[in-house]
Amino acid sequence: MNGVKSIWQMDELRLVIGAMVILGGATALLVAMPYVLLKDVPPPPGLKPYTREQLAGRQVYIANGCVYCHSQQPRDISQAPDAQRGWGRASVAGDYAYDTPHLLGTMRTGPDLLNIGVRQPSRDWHLGHLYQPRAYSPGSIMPAYPFLFEVRKGAAREGETVVTLPPQYARAGEVIIARQEALALVSYLLSLDRTYPALPPAAANAARATR
Amino acid sequence: MDFTVGVLLATFILSIAALFIFIWSMSSGLFGDGSAAATQIFAPNELGAVEDPAATAKQLGGLQQAMSGERPDEVGMAPADELARDRADQSSSLVVGVCLTLAVIWLVLASFAGLISSIKLHAPDWWVEPAWMTFGRIRPIHLNIVAYGWCSIAGIGVALWLVPRLLMTELVGARYALMGGALWSIGVFAGVIAIATGHSDGLEWLEFPWQVDILLVVGGAMVGMPLWLTLMKRRVKHLYVSVWYIAAALLWFPVLYLIANIPGLHFGVQQATMNWWFGHNVLGLWFTPIGLAAAYYFIPKVLGKPIHSYNLSLLGFWSLAFFYSQVGGHHLIGGPVPSWLITISIVQSMMMLIPVFAVAVNQHMTVLGNFRALRYSPTLRFIVLGAMLYTAASVQGSLQALRSVNTLTHFTHYTVAHAHLGLYGFFSMVMFGAIYFIMPRVMDWEWPYPRLIALHFWLVLVGFAIYFISLSIGGWFQGLAMLDPARPFMQSVLLTVPYLEARSIGGALMTLGHLVFAGHFFAMGWKFGPSRLGAALLGSPAPAKPIGVGASA
Repeated sequence: MNGVKSIWQMDELRLVIGAMVILGGATALLVAMPYVLLKDVPPPPGLKPYTREQLAGRQVYIANGCVYCHSQQPRDISQAPDAQRGWGRASVAGDYAYDTPHLLGTMRTGPDLLNIGVRQPSRDWHLGHLYQPRAYSPGSIMPAYPFLFEVRKGAAREGETVVTLPPQYARAGEVIIARQEALALVSYLLSLDRTYPALPPAAANAARATR
Repeated sequence: MDFTVGVLLATFILSIAALFIFIWSMSSGLFGDGSAAATQIFAPNELGAVEDPAATAKQLGGLQQAMSGERPDEVGMAPADELARDRADQSSSLVVGVCLTLAVIWLVLASFAGLISSIKLHAPDWWVEPAWMTFGRIRPIHLNIVAYGWCSIAGIGVALWLVPRLLMTELVGARYALMGGALWSIGVFAGVIAIATGHSDGLEWLEFPWQVDILLVVGGAMVGMPLWLTLMKRRVKHLYVSVWYIAAALLWFPVLYLIANIPGLHFGVQQATMNWWFGHNVLGLWFTPIGLAAAYYFIPKVLGKPIHSYNLSLLGFWSLAFFYSQVGGHHLIGGPVPSWLITISIVQSMMMLIPVFAVAVNQHMTVLGNFRALRYSPTLRFIVLGAMLYTAASVQGSLQALRSVNTLTHFTHYTVAHAHLGLYGFFSMVMFGAIYFIMPRVMDWEWPYPRLIALHFWLVLVGFAIYFISLSIGGWFQGLAMLDPARPFMQSVLLTVPYLEARSIGGALMTLGHLVFAGHFFAMGWKFGPSRLGAALLGSPAPAKPIGVGASA
């Protein structure tokens, strides 16, 4: 049993301690410090919490992976022409006060959506666009989401939301009815509005003064 | 502002101090005798003898010829050493065989999920029902099966196979790894179902719900158990660099995955920084160390010569750990996160050139002058290609972290191509090579159809070249279009379509290559083909009575 003495010879000890210290340092830097710094950032006065339906819509957004093609983080005008495209001002941490899980995104296969509710406020447009994106946006490579809708021969019933497609896409004798998920998703998209000022007036002035 | 400067200064001083400590500790021999440690993977008298169980007898002859001309008479292992190695290999064969089989199954599933996702990007009205087939679900299914199914389980299998060889003893506690691997696999399966049914957590790389994450954390910790138990019985004086990488990776993953998935802890923008702290660390502190550990073992082992510089390899290990762990913030350049965090990540991304250089010098200098060996060794062909693409992916990654480059490439398909250069070009290639080496030892059976190995190699090489080149170019143009305010956004979409179609062709070839590989793998599993048992073994079948000192642990 020569093993007992040499179980934790220097090599193993150094490895375990070194590896964990380094990981601890990185975690402190990238996880813990942002936690401490951002924990008490108040939501901007212009930002409203999501309603129950909007939150349900946010779940539909997550479940169907919209985040894999759409970012929600306009960049500053000094870096990219996001504002010129109507995507809004550069976002700040407070804009995401109610956003858990975060949906910042990493791809712009489609446009940024942080202010889509302002840019495209029509519920009918969104419903039709979700059913068949190419009916509204020629050349779009966004998938169609027929499973968020019900296509039925005949008429809609009381209280159902009917989707009206552009004439060349509509088929005679059929109605397209938005399911609950589609309605919730659109209500979430319409709520996306960060056009209020990023900083309260006093702080904005102070920031300008120090520049 | 003061805070920013303070953090940057502290990081800088810490980095420089750490660098000097490592240089000092190496020059004063704290890392042990470099040359002795480098030859640790060889038995006495084995230096100069090539090894590749994936090669046919003819290839093996060519390989030996390429390395040393005639094999010197005095080179060769003593029977006792051969027996010890047989025992080491056999001790891990069950758990390794199970892991690699699961990994290959996941690889095939992942390939189809990836190919379907790829086609959907240029055929958006194709297969739009049922819901689980929508792009936003099948794409994360692809990613998660690749990352946690194929790459992780293959990596675990290869690591567990390396452990007894590196420590020159038998694997202890394989049953923990079997249980851990089972938990892990159930987790991946359940996680994929969760994504398919719309129960994703919504964070990239962390889509699995927390209930499933428990399985991966516990399973991940358990697959590490045999390493720690075997370390206690090790019969080598020095720990070879591959052990450092494997041990650290097996420690890091459960911690990373645990912290990242604690429900209710992370919020808003902080969650985004955590997301990319994890997203990059799972690459840098989980896949990369295992891939490098394999490359550091197989390249010198196949060639029969030690790595170029052992001390450099340890510098590479520590600098990788230090710098790689802090680069995650470069995924959020231009985002609503504190600027000091992004600056640190960009700096450390550039510092990554140090470990990359250390690995590159070591692995490429070892191969340099022996490129003829690639003709004969199927293992080496995959692993040397993987090592080259590691250098390429790392340098590309460092450059991509620069603010100017990132402004263009962020949010585009260029990044997707880069991600595949790392996880496919580097990691998966190394795993292919390692599996070709390992499986004949696990099964005691040669690869039945050696030409299929070559077919696999060329299919994935050509397929991946098409994939990477087309997507990189398409992504670059996409970025240019997006940055030009005079061009409507839709232009950046339309111009990528031909490149996306080319990517599907590349992806189809890769998938075909994987089917060839999987078919060959299972043909071997069922012991098809001409029986050439014995040629793959190092020596004569093991005698019944154990010989060799301390072999019966």
